[in-house]
Amino acid sequence: MTSRLTLIDISGVGKQFRSRSGAMLHALADASLTVEANQFICIVGPSGCGKSTLLRMLAGLEPVSSGQITIDGVPVSGARRDIGLVFQSPVMLPWRTILKNILVPAEVLKMDKTASRKRAHELLELVGLEGFGDRYPDELSGGMRQRAAIARALMHDPNILLMDEPFGALDALTREAMNLELLRIWQGSRKTVILVTHSIEEALLLSDRVAVFSPRPGFVRDVIDVPIARPRSAATRTDPVFIRLADRLRGYFETESTATTGHQEGVAS
Amino acid sequence: MNWGIPATITRYLPPLIGGVAIVLAWEFLPRIFNIPTLLLPPPTLVFKSVWLLYDRGLLLGNFAITLAEALGGFAIGSVCGVFFAFLVTRSLLIERMLLPYLIGLQALPKVALAPLIVVWIGIGIESKVAIAAVISFFPVLINAIVGFSTVEAEKIDLMRSLVASGWQQFSIVIFPNSLPFIFAGLNVAIVLSITGALVGEFIGADRGLGNLLLQLNYNMDISGMFAVLLVLALLGVVLYALVRFLHTRLVFWAKPDNLRVGND
Repeated sequence: MTSRLTLIDISGVGKQFRSRSGAMLHALADASLTVEANQFICIVGPSGCGKSTLLRMLAGLEPVSSGQITIDGVPVSGARRDIGLVFQSPVMLPWRTILKNILVPAEVLKMDKTASRKRAHELLELVGLEGFGDRYPDELSGGMRQRAAIARALMHDPNILLMDEPFGALDALTREAMNLELLRIWQGSRKTVILVTHSIEEALLLSDRVAVFSPRPGFVRDVIDVPIARPRSAATRTDPVFIRLADRLRGYFETESTATTGHQEGVAS
Repeated sequence: MNWGIPATITRYLPPLIGGVAIVLAWEFLPRIFNIPTLLLPPPTLVFKSVWLLYDRGLLLGNFAITLAEALGGFAIGSVCGVFFAFLVTRSLLIERMLLPYLIGLQALPKVALAPLIVVWIGIGIESKVAIAAVISFFPVLINAIVGFSTVEAEKIDLMRSLVASGWQQFSIVIFPNSLPFIFAGLNVAIVLSITGALVGEFIGADRGLGNLLLQLNYNMDISGMFAVLLVLALLGVVLYALVRFLHTRLVFWAKPDNLRVGND
């Protein structure tokens, strides 16, 4: 595993905001993490630990305050088109049909019309929305909208998929189904994925490695490998390795919640 | 819930009853209280005047002229309003240069400009179009500025993550997203544009419903004036319905509650 190529290198990245009252807010202290190509990495951490901020910096939507992020050896200095983004909410344009929403990246990148339409239909099928292309977002359930958002993020065939708590707004049952869906989709595309989540189970089920963040100001406390064979399924949750790792991960947050009570609430990252 | 009464009846019957009640009260109350029909002509007289004016060829032509003035002014004012809102929200420099004065002008009652505009452009149709345009401009401008500035940050992030150009951000996200706001402005502007056309006609014109109204006023033809008011109300309803139609067609996705009537 270690012999593979490093695609994303996050070294010593920090982020400070000036809050509305003028005080400096330390969102991220000194985060370091390397991600290999075609790996699925989950970032887990308490609210406000700066993990979403890190994702935004990876996407080039926000500058780093200190440290450096490189992708393919090139420092990130702005948004780049080989990244697909999935937000916590689907961020659909309600005046466009699902198909036309998925085509937004094709439109922005001025991709060939017929080819991108064909690809959009393939993606609809991949995310299990065939037949829903002509519907409007508000006619679909939250889970279906989020599937459409994943299809949109894959539209321009990016190398990297960044997902910021993509299933956080869904109910528990839909969320479990979507986890398995994402596994299936990922198996088919093998993108490099960085997914931010609150859920230990979600992280273990999906990823090759889990990066554990400390409370704000965030840093990477630990990175654990998830040596569970793929393809994984719902049954993976009862795998002894899974249970052992889940216990280990939970340990990090139990000690934290006693140490930092009252500090956990606050600005969502 | 209904008890076997067809939906069309439950929908249209109450307003129908209300309308009949108002007309009856208007017809008979003045007689009971001895108000001279010269001052407050009953509906029967007003409808007769509508027919008389129509018969003399005074109604349709003047209706068309005022309609054209209002609609033309509305179109020009609205397009300018959206365009200036675009400029103001695209460039901080332009915003800082122009916005204070636009807001200052907004506070000025626009009809006060009407005499000046008539002096400048003359008593033809053009001056009424200009007045209607000036008066339509501001509500559209203000609402479009709010609309262009009220976009979910994540929608912009999505566009930025794709390295979308400023124009792509505007045309794909910001403009469509602002349509509910722009239409709120258009709904106000369309009604104001009739006011603008009418005021222009009051100040100086040789045709139009406002001109007709003044002439009837000089002749103390109160019943005729009521007839013109009725036609003006009709004009307002027609234009408002037009904007409303466009609104439901173009902004179907925003779903204001009053568009869902009868959708059970």
